Amino acid sequence: MTMIERLIMIGAVVAGTMTTRFLPFLLFPSGKETPAAVRYLGRTLPPAVFALLVVYSLKDVSVTHRWQGIPELLCSLLVVGLHLWKKSMLLSIAAGTIVYMVLVQLVFV
Amino acid sequence: MSRQLSKEGESHTCRGSKIRASFYAAFPRTIPILAGFLFLGIAYGIYMSGLGFSPFYPMVMSVAIFAGSMEFVAGNMLIGSFDPLQAFLLTLMVNARHLFYGLSMLEKFRDKGRLRPYLIFGMCDETFSINYTLRDLPKEADEGYVMLFVTILNQFYWFAGATIGAWFGSALTFSTKGIEFVMTAMFIVIFMEQWMKEKEHRFSITGLVISAGCLVIFGKNGFIIPSMLAILGVLLILGRFDGEGKR
Repeated sequence: MTMIERLIMIGAVVAGTMTTRFLPFLLFPSGKETPAAVRYLGRTLPPAVFALLVVYSLKDVSVTHRWQGIPELLCSLLVVGLHLWKKSMLLSIAAGTIVYMVLVQLVFV
Repeated sequence: MSRQLSKEGESHTCRGSKIRASFYAAFPRTIPILAGFLFLGIAYGIYMSGLGFSPFYPMVMSVAIFAGSMEFVAGNMLIGSFDPLQAFLLTLMVNARHLFYGLSMLEKFRDKGRLRPYLIFGMCDETFSINYTLRDLPKEADEGYVMLFVTILNQFYWFAGATIGAWFGSALTFSTKGIEFVMTAMFIVIFMEQWMKEKEHRFSITGLVISAGCLVIFGKNGFIIPSMLAILGVLLILGRFDGEGKR
């Protein structure tokens, strides 16, 4: 591809991303009353979407791989346990990540 | 509130202190993203260098596209054949989940005035998650500015990571293997925060069961769209039972 062609390709990806971000706001402009069904979805979608994001961030874990997702499972449980106990976002995230790095670099290699 | 900004009589010092308070409220909430985006961004910069691109490509793409996983895909497409329509359609599919973020933010962004276009532009997974769950803000801070700083900081971390990775990636001597778990940990914590805040858990459970089920059935490359459709369907059915979401 030439540089111009590459820039057009990047432009297409930008356009695609912006379509997914702006479309709801274009369909339901702030000046008008939003339909009740859409307001209902706006309230109930986030909990479902946060769950989807958890699954999405774990999608590359392979159960056929040698360790079968054991380090991911252990560290996810650690994050959940720590967060139930201390309720500190930064502590739960930092501890889970550091323990995971140690596990995949030194233990489950 | 941005409406108040246009009001006459609000002094510059007052506005300055409001902006400062908003920044101090925003920054701590972005620290996990600072760690995650710097390292993922570095990985992205190294990846693009590995594909043979000049460092300017990841720099431009990290700012213009600003959708993490899609940028890796885009890098891969750039070494393929020239097909902008396919690139556009693939992006729509990979990023379709953003449609849900927009629907969730319709009300929260309603009064954000001139900040609104940028808040929408920069709404990646992580920025949406933080801005949707903003609570207990100090009263000197303005919600719109806090959202603005969260968005700017997150975009900057990603850009900085991609830039560092592209220019200096080959000089990294310590292993960052496993750092990507910071994103999983953050999404788990955000999910739990939502869980502890909500009165009933059926929407959280719906999302969890459907996404996990679709991942098993459709595999990691094709489960997002089926998950979204199933979530939409189930939520609407639940709403109908409650007599909500009609019309």
